[in-house]
Order: sequence, then C-alpha cells, then structure tokens
Amino acid sequence: MTPLAVSIAGTIASLALVLIVLELIRSRRLRERYALLWLATGIVLAVLCAWRDGLNTIARWVGIRSYPPAVLFAVGILFILAVLLHYSTVISRLSDQNVLLAQRLALLQEQLETNGVRE
Amino acid sequence: MTDLRRVAIVPAFNEAQIVGRVIDELMAQDAELDVVVIDDGSVDATAEVAREHGAIVLRLPFNLGIGGAVQTGFRYAFEHGYDIAVRVDGDGQHDPSQLGRVVAPVLADEADIAVGSRFVGEGDGYRSSRSRRVGIRLLALVVSRIVGRRVTDTTSGFQALNRRGIALFAHDYPHDYPEVEATVMVSRHRLRAIEVPVTMRERSSGRSSITAVRSVYYMLKVLLAIFVGLFRRNVVPEEGAS
Repeated sequence: MTPLAVSIAGTIASLALVLIVLELIRSRRLRERYALLWLATGIVLAVLCAWRDGLNTIARWVGIRSYPPAVLFAVGILFILAVLLHYSTVISRLSDQNVLLAQRLALLQEQLETNGVRE
Repeated sequence: MTDLRRVAIVPAFNEAQIVGRVIDELMAQDAELDVVVIDDGSVDATAEVAREHGAIVLRLPFNLGIGGAVQTGFRYAFEHGYDIAVRVDGDGQHDPSQLGRVVAPVLADEADIAVGSRFVGEGDGYRSSRSRRVGIRLLALVVSRIVGRRVTDTTSGFQALNRRGIALFAHDYPHDYPEVEATVMVSRHRLRAIEVPVTMRERSSGRSSITAVRSVYYMLKVLLAIFVGLFRRNVVPEEGAS
C-alpha cells in the first residue's frame, strides 16, 4: 500500500503544477496550445496520487508489488518525454520559419536598397 | 453609399481556384470597397490570382493559421485608417452578395461588430455536418451563458467591424481558431455585438481547417482559453509583450 504521506505530497505537488500552468496562461506567458499537455500531466498525476486504491490496482496490473508509487514515477517520466518530444517538433518548426524570415528579409532589404532607400 | 472607408479582409490559404471569384463578387457589391487578401503561405497561385483581380495582397512567409492571417488584415486596416472592415473567407463559403446585410448594422452605428449567423432567422443553405453542428451548438451554449446574450453561430468568420472593433482585433486577436474566443473578448470589452442572418455556401475548394481528429483538441483549447480568459483583469495586453 502507498504511504499516506506520499499520496498527500504527490496530490499537492500535482495540483500546484495545474495552478501554475493556469496562472501562466492567464498572464499570457504560456499559450493554450502548449499548456494542454502540461495540464494533462498535472491532472493525471493528481488523480493517481489521490485515488490510492486505483494506484494499487494499476501497480498490480503492471506487476509492481513492492512499492506502488513507482507507477507515479513511470507515468511522470512518460509525460515528461511526451512534452519534450512535442517541444522538439515545435523548435524544429520555429527554426524552419526563422530561416524563411531571414531570407525574406534579405530579399526585401535588397529591393529597398536598389530603389535607393538607405537603412 | 457612404464616405466611410471600407476594406474587406480576405484570408486565403491555397484558394487560387476560387479567390478570384470572391474578389470580383465583393467589388461588384461595393465599388469603393478595398479588398485585402492575406495569402497565408499558400503554395499555389493564390497571391498572383488575387493581384490580377485587383486586390491588395499581403503575403505571409509561412502559414500562420487563420487567427494570425486575419489579424494581419486587421492590423492593415488599423494602420491605414479604415473605418469599417468586413471579414470574408477566401474559400467562397461566405456569399459576397450578403455583404450588405452584415455591414448594415455597423454602418448604421447600431453595433460595433456584426456577425453573420447561419442559425438565426430563415436560413437554409449550408450548415455543415451533423457532428460539427453538435460542437457548434455546445460552444454556442457556453458562450451565450458567458456573454449574456444569445449567440447562435460562434464559429462564423463572416463579420463586419467599425473602427473600435478594428482597433481591438489589431492589438489582440486569438490564435488558431479565433472566432469563439473573439466573441467573448468583444463582450468583455463592452463592444456592441449583434448577429444577422446569412446563408453560407458549401466551400467550393480546399478543405476545412478543422478535421474530425482536431475537433476534440479544438474544443478543449477553446474552452480552456475562454475560462482562463475570464480571470484576466488586464484584458488588453501591452503591445510587444510576450
């Protein structure tokens, strides 16, 4: 059985994550599209921490008998991997767009300078 | 008609087949209307076709999505001092012959923003698929509750705005799928908004930007944005704030 202290600490930490993400959206420091995965992480972890019987059942399904909270680590790591992979795709898109912007800017500058406009 | 300066904002993404006809029909409706086509990173001849048909063309270097594209148009309208802007999608879904209906309440200063709705009044014509209608209905319920007025068509982009509306959207416009959040924003800024009945046509080319798989993500994202938005005290972000 999961120690009660672990459940309480885990639930508080997960809910804190959800609140922080919501506050970041509210203050416009985080866009909704990048927040959804973080919110899912916080909510799933909070549910797993608070629902002690469920955590034990899931631990038994995946063959963990000695220490059920290990499931929390596994789920947490999976979500972090998902977020990181998502960020890698986002960064790739941003660098492609950055190249395009620089090229477009160079072409525009050439056009302006040929027309006699100095920077 | 009036000496107010009018501009049509037409976002288009790979709509070379149809955008020319949309521009022609708009100009036939109102000869003094300037038409600005925002080419949202198309890979076909959308920009060339639009220019040939006499539109002002703003070419985005890559696809920004409908929100970013439309806001480009609002910024143009704001910086060039237009009094009235009407947004008409470049895919032919919005029928330019109904331009007058959407613009009339704004011209008469009865509203700051008028939105063409498929679900108010008579309206036959295109109403989109059953599953999408359920989503639209659900969003309409939530949004109506929040803004305290009956909103029937929260996803309609066929809308006309006066200078106040243009200024608001030029400085703050939602990303991705903007119409629902924009409806709530307009109400929070105490702009006068009304719906007018329009009929829409089935898009004649291209595909909807919302596929079935994305619908769930769309709903979640929009609901999240609406609810978090309700807790913002400072509703207008500072220019350039990240």
